[in-house]
Amino acid sequence: MGLDSKPQSAVHAVSSYNLDDFPVPSGREEMWRFTPLSRLRGLHDGSAAVSGNVVVEVRPAPEVTVETVGRDDPRVGRAYTPTDRVSAQAYSSFEKATVITVPKEAVASGATVVSLRGDRPGVAYGHIVVVVEPLAEAVVVLDHQGSAVYADNVEFSVGDGATLKVVSLQEWAADAVHVSQHHARLGKDATFKSFVVTLGGDLVRLSPSVSYAGRGGDADLSGLYFVDAGQHIEHRLLVDHSVPDCRSNVDYRGALQGDEAHAVWIGDVVIRVEATGTDTYELNRNLLLTDGARADSVPNLEILTGEVTGAGHASASGRLDDEHTFYLQARGIPYDEARRLVIRGFFAQLIEKIEVQEIRDRVMAAVEAELAR
Amino acid sequence: MSTLEIRDLHVSVDTKEILRGVNLTVRSGEIHAIMGPNGSGKSTLAYAIAGHPKYTITSGAVTLDGEDVLAMTVDERARAGLFLAMQYPVEVPGVSVANFLRTAVTAVRGEAPKLRLFTKELKQGMDALAIDASFAQRNLNEGFSGGEKKRHEILQLELLKPKIAILDETDSGLDVDALRVVSEGVNRFGAAGDTGVLLITHYTRILRYVKPDHVHVFAGGRIVEEGGPELADKLEAEGYERYTKASA
Repeated sequence: MGLDSKPQSAVHAVSSYNLDDFPVPSGREEMWRFTPLSRLRGLHDGSAAVSGNVVVEVRPAPEVTVETVGRDDPRVGRAYTPTDRVSAQAYSSFEKATVITVPKEAVASGATVVSLRGDRPGVAYGHIVVVVEPLAEAVVVLDHQGSAVYADNVEFSVGDGATLKVVSLQEWAADAVHVSQHHARLGKDATFKSFVVTLGGDLVRLSPSVSYAGRGGDADLSGLYFVDAGQHIEHRLLVDHSVPDCRSNVDYRGALQGDEAHAVWIGDVVIRVEATGTDTYELNRNLLLTDGARADSVPNLEILTGEVTGAGHASASGRLDDEHTFYLQARGIPYDEARRLVIRGFFAQLIEKIEVQEIRDRVMAAVEAELAR
Repeated sequence: MSTLEIRDLHVSVDTKEILRGVNLTVRSGEIHAIMGPNGSGKSTLAYAIAGHPKYTITSGAVTLDGEDVLAMTVDERARAGLFLAMQYPVEVPGVSVANFLRTAVTAVRGEAPKLRLFTKELKQGMDALAIDASFAQRNLNEGFSGGEKKRHEILQLELLKPKIAILDETDSGLDVDALRVVSEGVNRFGAAGDTGVLLITHYTRILRYVKPDHVHVFAGGRIVEEGGPELADKLEAEGYERYTKASA
């Protein structure tokens, strides 16, 4: 690459609360080229007026407070500024935001479960803010179900020395469309663990991103998806290392089966000049179980400093390994069962990382249900 | 009493013919050693009998107690009583040894073993092969040393109790201690008299621990000489040179 041709940078050129700062995408933009815009039901071009409802209900841990606030609440938009058209559309269109606060030094004794349920395939916009104050610890579950055309932004503000574990389940009905931005801003020595599980929906485009506000931040982003015929499941990750001595680890794995099953995984990691001592690794693996399924996997690692502790990425998409099934079959295990064992094994190492037993069981059961299809 | 019969077996990989007419009969209680130089087709014979998709049978027959093995799927062959201890057991991420063994035993026996009895059986089998208890929770063959992989193959052999066991270079890459443990396993199994063993090896070393009834020399994709244990001694002294020259 010549000196005068710069590579496409993962650092967003535009971030703004103003919708007009983002032109309507044509589908040729790097950021949109994998997404079938015609299936977004107008979320990207301003034509999607509110016509539906996503009911947000929170079951908080006793130590945690929950508020429903208006657009003018100062905590809204504090940790995150929209970086794409749909995110800005959601930001300018939601009416009420949910603010979940874990007070300073509080250790939540149970998970805080946010249920988001669409009652019909109409358009809705949402906004959630999770504030974990310094040295506090909490687990938050976002549980998406039902039918909706839903765009939202979720801000996770993790204070100094605080720990937040998030599980986001996308178990939408088959006709749902969901475009979502999950942004975590980590304070000094903060720990953020995110586990994304996307199984349902016609089109889901989820963009988890992380920024660091102090040294010693640690982000662990895991994801599991199972894409069936006709589904478009897209995960776009961005980890922006702008502070020294922070760590990030990304591990997303998916299985695809059926015609026109389409998975997209984009993993952008930026290590800026000042982010010396960064340690990062990202991995994406896709298992193509049938013909007609397609996985696009694009890891991008931009390293602007020479002083990193570790920086690596790996991406592999392929079919079920014949040698695996042969070995199991050679021990008498019928093919279908051997196949299930291998796929279960492919996901098991990820699922083991979910610390909430109830959620772990539910995810395992959901994978089993997909395997039984 | 079981009999594995291999008649005029021809096998190709892609379009290249590897086996050129193999004839062999193995009965319960017999130990056969197949010896031969590298590239002579020994492993091809093992994998072709097990049904690996890479190998194409172009002619010939394989039967187990009269049943047509070649018409069976890989798992049907295993359930019919054939077992292949592999030279390079495959690593399967995320599948624990305990889960794998219980699933395999259930498939081969046709019913799930009682958990308590199975745990006991597994522990005895592991103790006999000097396998550490933590092994059961590890992922199948992942990060196993060469010796651990081979012991694990023999453990499966003892749990699945096949009619005919084919051991593909189970001795290669083992140190003397591991070789002795593995050989004891094979002998224990052979002594029961219910199984026929086909031991494929490149070296005569394992034959100091496992005494074959029949020795077959393999070269150029077929058996070129047969005899008793004394043939192994001759091979030890003379090597394979004379056979490789003859088949070239």
